[in-house]
Formats: sequence, structure tokens, C-alpha cells
Amino acid sequence: MTMGTVLALVGAALAVILAGMGSAYGVGVAGQAAAGVVSEDPSKFAKVLIIQLLPGTQGIYGLLVGFIALSNIGILSGTPKELTVAQGLMMLAACLPIAVVGLVSAMHQGKTAVAAVGIVVKKPDQFGKAMLFPAMVETYAILALLVSILAVNGIKL
Amino acid sequence: MAVLPMKKIEICAMKRDRKAILEKLQSLGMVEIQTDNEETDDFRKMSTTSQRAKYEKRVQNTDEALQILDKYAPEEKSIFASLEGRQEASETDIQEIIAGRRDYNRKVKKIQEISKDIAGCEAGIVKCQVAIDGLVPWLNMDIPINTTGTEKTDVMIGTMPPGLTETDIQGYISSAEPEMAGYTVTVVGSDKDQTCMVAIALKPVSQRVEEILRSHGFTRISYFSRRTPEQKTEKYREDIREFEQWIEDKKNELVSMADDRDKLRLLADYYRIRADKYQVLGSLLQSKSTFVISGYVLERDADRVVAVLNENFSLMADVYDVPEDEAAPIQLQNPKMFASAEGVLESFGLPGKGEMDPTTPMAIFYIFLFGLMLSDAAYGLIIFLACFILIRKFPKMESGLQKSLRLFMYCGISTLIWGILFGGFFGDLITVVSRTFFHHEVTFKPVWFAPLDDPMKLLLFSLLFGLIHLFGGLALKGYMCLKKGDVKSFICDVLSWFMLITGLVLMLMPTELFASIAQMQFNFPGWLKNTSYGLAIAGAAIIVLMSGRDHKNPVLRLALGLYDIYNLTGWLSDLLSYSRLLALGLATGVIAQVINQMGSMAGDGIFGAIVFIIVFIVGHLFNLAINMLGAYVHTCRLQYVEFFGKFYEGGGNPFKPFRENTKYVDIVSGTEAQK
Repeated sequence: MTMGTVLALVGAALAVILAGMGSAYGVGVAGQAAAGVVSEDPSKFAKVLIIQLLPGTQGIYGLLVGFIALSNIGILSGTPKELTVAQGLMMLAACLPIAVVGLVSAMHQGKTAVAAVGIVVKKPDQFGKAMLFPAMVETYAILALLVSILAVNGIKL
Repeated sequence: MAVLPMKKIEICAMKRDRKAILEKLQSLGMVEIQTDNEETDDFRKMSTTSQRAKYEKRVQNTDEALQILDKYAPEEKSIFASLEGRQEASETDIQEIIAGRRDYNRKVKKIQEISKDIAGCEAGIVKCQVAIDGLVPWLNMDIPINTTGTEKTDVMIGTMPPGLTETDIQGYISSAEPEMAGYTVTVVGSDKDQTCMVAIALKPVSQRVEEILRSHGFTRISYFSRRTPEQKTEKYREDIREFEQWIEDKKNELVSMADDRDKLRLLADYYRIRADKYQVLGSLLQSKSTFVISGYVLERDADRVVAVLNENFSLMADVYDVPEDEAAPIQLQNPKMFASAEGVLESFGLPGKGEMDPTTPMAIFYIFLFGLMLSDAAYGLIIFLACFILIRKFPKMESGLQKSLRLFMYCGISTLIWGILFGGFFGDLITVVSRTFFHHEVTFKPVWFAPLDDPMKLLLFSLLFGLIHLFGGLALKGYMCLKKGDVKSFICDVLSWFMLITGLVLMLMPTELFASIAQMQFNFPGWLKNTSYGLAIAGAAIIVLMSGRDHKNPVLRLALGLYDIYNLTGWLSDLLSYSRLLALGLATGVIAQVINQMGSMAGDGIFGAIVFIIVFIVGHLFNLAINMLGAYVHTCRLQYVEFFGKFYEGGGNPFKPFRENTKYVDIVSGTEAQK
């Protein structure tokens, strides 16, 4: 077990931790808004549930990157590779985009989702437009996911 | 693939026919009546608020009665009830209701009364319960509550601040009047708010005793009763039992009335229709003996409407083109397969004035891109089968829901195809199962390539599909320009951008930069390179010179042109947006692999198989749900932002013809209706 492997594992862990934290916050705050709506009008349940679920994707992306990283390091198969410090730092850096951007974008997406729930309360037929606002925030998480996947995949260990 | 042509219709008729004409129009359901008419000296609006209010009150009462029935005698509904569509009623059913409406109104009133009675009883029960709770600390007292005294004594029953004992209270009195005797204090009970006590004193000293007690916070009991607390509590319990019995009886009465539920629904809708009619009536312009209706009608229905009206009434009905300054309401018509995407369009906005109906091209791209994002053969099959079965089994479901299900059905087929191309069947399920349980690895070979093996290739293709999508949007803009005959706009706004972008792409492809990203080397012959430069420069030149052509000032014009070139960054960001096709396509596959791997961690054998099946079901259902949501949202976003942004603004209003708007029942013409 070399220092490099440890660093790589830290990277994978960060991807899961930070992106998961962001999604937890985002989905949680949107869920509170949704609960408020349903307490007055239960017929809007399905619509606000869908909006609540939108910030949840960053956590999944973090899991994805974490998994690919773990699999690349060899921990999943049970035989961890011996990484140099440089390689370990490379894996750590590769996991950072989705980790940090996942956290921040999920938090902001959660707040946008709360606002979108507000649209659905007053004008339930504008659901399609309301759903788009949080989806725009997700663009950046997707770009970060892309770079993380390409980087983690491309590092030759 | 079209916005149906709309015409304006104006009807002028005798006032005495107005209700009949409105009823005719309402049952035809083809004319949208304009309600924002301006009154003039000769034409005024009639106030129908009182009649309308009367019908709306009836609707409200009947709706309330139906809700009460639903609360106390709920109907057995399966989870698929919302898909079954509404009950149907025929003309004869309606006539029956109209004939019997007095009886039904009585029933509605009865139901409301019973509900009020039940509420009253429930309040009564609560009151009794509160009283019982209040008497709890007094239960040990075995004299009647309103005992005031005997021949020689006075009895003071009341409360003192909490936490006092008999000694404390007696201490108050003895410290104030040490010589006094002839009194006794008993604490019968206490709780956190009060100490309940009884003081008995001989008449000579009772007043002084009470004075001292009051100075320490004594208050007389506020209950009045001839009974002891225990007897009183028993009486309250009896009252509660009586109330409950009464509620039971009333509820049973409601249940017996529940059979009329269907008739009451029809009644509610009948009143709803009449209220609507009065609302429209109140917005019509009327002179002394005539009235005017103006509205919109579909071109294909116009002749029929005029014919029916002329057949039954003597009036003037004029059909003509919608004037320039008015925005006609929109009704779409598309081939059945593409019409399924109309719901997606409606979420964004119907075509504005002069815009085309983008449903068909959007539907094609939607189905294509959705499948690319979800890309798993097994998931596609599941979605297709589920939607297909639901559509077959519930033919009468509401049309908006049916359109959505049909769209998802086609998306399911697209997902299936992409899944086969990319070699995903529940991810790498076949490989994992064959390896873990059968110890003989079998792989499901992708027909094209597996995304995880070569993500860069998928990225390139995603960007390519994105470019096609964007060019599609630009082409539609060109089509709209040419249809309007605006060739200048076509060349300056559409053709120029085509040239510029194509030129730039062709310039980029043979470079080192591209080769390092794409791991593909393009070697273009000299003439192709020269053409690409030429295209790009010509395109840029046209944009710089012509995009500010509305302005006279040449400097301003060139400046605006240069600023327009800056829109290249917009194009770049739009193009990069399509990298989400790669991201989401990968995400589905990788999560599926993760789930399979987790399931296979228990090894083979019976235990391993059980674990695997549980993980398989839970995990893949979860993956399917999350990725379907993601694919739906992101495909919608790509249509709304990147595709529509090139040529479409929306902002139209839907065509809402004046018709029988019912909440519970679908009215079919003819005498027979299937239940």
C-alpha cells in the first residue's frame, strides 16, 4: 500500500462525499418546499416530487466517478495497484471537478428547485417551464462529470 | 405538421333566439367566443351575474355533496382508476336528470345537512372530552360540585396555585389567624396547573377563612352540577356514547344515499354547463332586439357551423379572415405518431403569430436523443411494453395522458435500438451472470461500439448529432424565411451562419488539436482546405456587413455585425451542451454495471443467487427511474433551449372552443352510451 494509492482513494472518496453532500442539501431543501405545497394541495404531489428529484443527480454522478476511480485503482477487484505519489495525485485531481462542482451546483440547483416549486403552486400548467430552471443549473455538473470521467478513465495505471 | 387555419366568425341574430343559439354553439363545441367586447352606445352587455351565481351555487352544493359522499362512503378505486377515463352519459340520461332535478336537489341538501349534523356531534364529543379531562383532579371529591354548605357550615370548593399540600394551606390560615378554629382543609387532587381543595368552616369564621385563602390565590370552582365529579364524568361518558351512536346512524344514512352518486355527478356537470352558458351570455353585446357574437372557428369547421345555424335560426353568420392585428388562437394537427410530442410543445408554448408548428421535427429529434441518453436494450423493452399495455388496456384515458404514454412508447423503442447498438442489456448483466454463476463468460457484443471502451468516439458523435440538431433548427428558420418570401433574411441570417459554421468545422478537422482530442487524423486535400477557408470568410463577411442592415449609420452597422460574430461563442456553448448525451449515456451504463457488480459480490450458489436477484430488482428499478427522469428533463431542455432558440419563440394561446365543459362525465351524442 503506497502513498499514491492512498491519495487516489482520497480522490474517489471526495467525489462521493462532496457530490453527495450537495445533492443531499439540494433534494432536502426542495423537499421542504414540496412538503409545504402538498400540505395545502395534495393533487400536486407528482409534479413537485419530480422537481424535488432534479438536484439528486449530482450525487449519482459522484458515485459514478468514485466507482470508476476505485475500479481503476484496483480496489474493487480486491488487488490494489501500487501507485506512485504522482499517479495518486493525478487520480485525486481527476476526481475534483465532479466533487467540487457537484457540491456547489447541487446546492444552487436545490434553491432553484424551491423556486420552481413556487411556480407550480401558482400555475400548475406551467410545469414544463418550471422544470427547466433547475435543469439549466445541472449543465455545469454534467460538464464536470464529463471531464472527471474522461480524466479518470484516461489515466494509465 | 401544421397550425390549422383559423377564421373569424361573426353572428348577428334576434335577441329572443340568444339562449337557443348559445346552446347550439355549446353542443357543437367548435367556436371560441370572444368575451372581451367593448360596449358602445347601441350595444351593451347584459348582466347575467345573478343567474350565473344561482347555477354556480348549485354546482358548488352538488360538488360539496359528492365530496361528503366520498368521505363517508368511499368508492373502491383501483390504482389505475385515473387511466380509465370518465363515465359516459347520453342525451337521454341528461333529460332524465333535468326532469328529476328537484328530487336530486333535495338529496343534495339532505346530504349537506347530515354532514353538518355529524360535525356538530363531533364537536359535542370534543366538548365532553375536555370536560372529562377537566374533572380528573376532582375525582376524589365525593360531595356534589355545587355544595355550598350545611346548616352550620360553609363549604368552599376551589383551586389554589399548584404544588401546595394541606399543611401549607392550613399554614396560611393559621399564620394569619392563629387563634381561629373551626375550619378544615382537604386537598382532593392536584395537577401541574392547580391544587384542588375543599375548605369547610363554621359559619362564623368562614368569611375570614375565605378571605385568607383568596389572598393566597384561591378561586371558586367554575363547574356547576348537582352531581359529584365522578357521577358527572360518568354522565359525560354517556353523552359521548350517545353522540357516537348518532354519528354511526347518520353515516349509515349517507352510505345508503351513495348509490345516487353517478346521478349527482351528472347533475353537477349539467349545472356547470348552464353556468358557463350564462357567463358567455353576460359577455355578449346586445342592442334593443339583436345581439352579436364574434369568435374564432377552424376553417375546416366554418361551413358546418354556418350551415347548422342557418338551418335552425334566421340570422346572419359571416366568416372571414382573421385581421392582421389579431392573434388567432392555435390548434395543432399532426400525424398520430408525432402528435404524441404535442404535450412537450405545449409545456414550452404554442406557436406565436406567424410561426410554424415545430412538432414533427421536434418529435423526431426527441425520440432519437432520448434513446441515446437512456441507451439500454432491457430498459427500452420494459418501457415499450409497459406503455403499450397501458394504452391498449385503457383506451378511454384522458388524451393528454395518452399522448405522453405514446411518446414514451416510441422512446422505449429508440432506447431499445440504441441499447442494441451499444451492447447494453441491464448494463453488462449477461457478462456478470455468466461469469459468476456459470463460470463461462459470455458477452453481448455491441453492434456498433461500447461507450465505456471508447468514450471519446461517443463524445465526437454526440457533438456531431448536436451539430445536426442545431443545423436542423437553423434550417427551419430558413424555411420560415423562405415561406414568408424574405430571401434577404434567408441569405443574411441563415445561409451566412451555415457557411461560417461549416467552414470553421472543416477548418478545424485536419488540425493537430482535433487529432489529439479525437484520436482521428483527417487529411484533407488542398481544395477542400481552401473551400473551407473560403466558406468561413464569406460567411463571416456577410454577417458583419448585413446583420445590422436595419441601421443607416455604417459604423453602427459594422459594429453590430462584429458583435453578431461574437454569437459564435453561443454556438460553441450550445454545441458543448450536447456532451450531456455522452455523460448521460455513460451514466446509465456505468450505474448498471455497478449494480451488477454489487449483486455478484455474494458469489454463486443459492445464497448468492438470492442476493443477486434482490440487488438486481431494487438497483435496476432505481437506475431506470433516475435515468428516465434525467433523459426526459435533458431531452426537453435540449429541445427548448438549443433547438427552439434558433427559430422559435412560442407565446400562442390554445384554441378553447365554447363547449360543454364537464368535470365528472363525458357527454356523448346519440341515445346509447356505454358505461
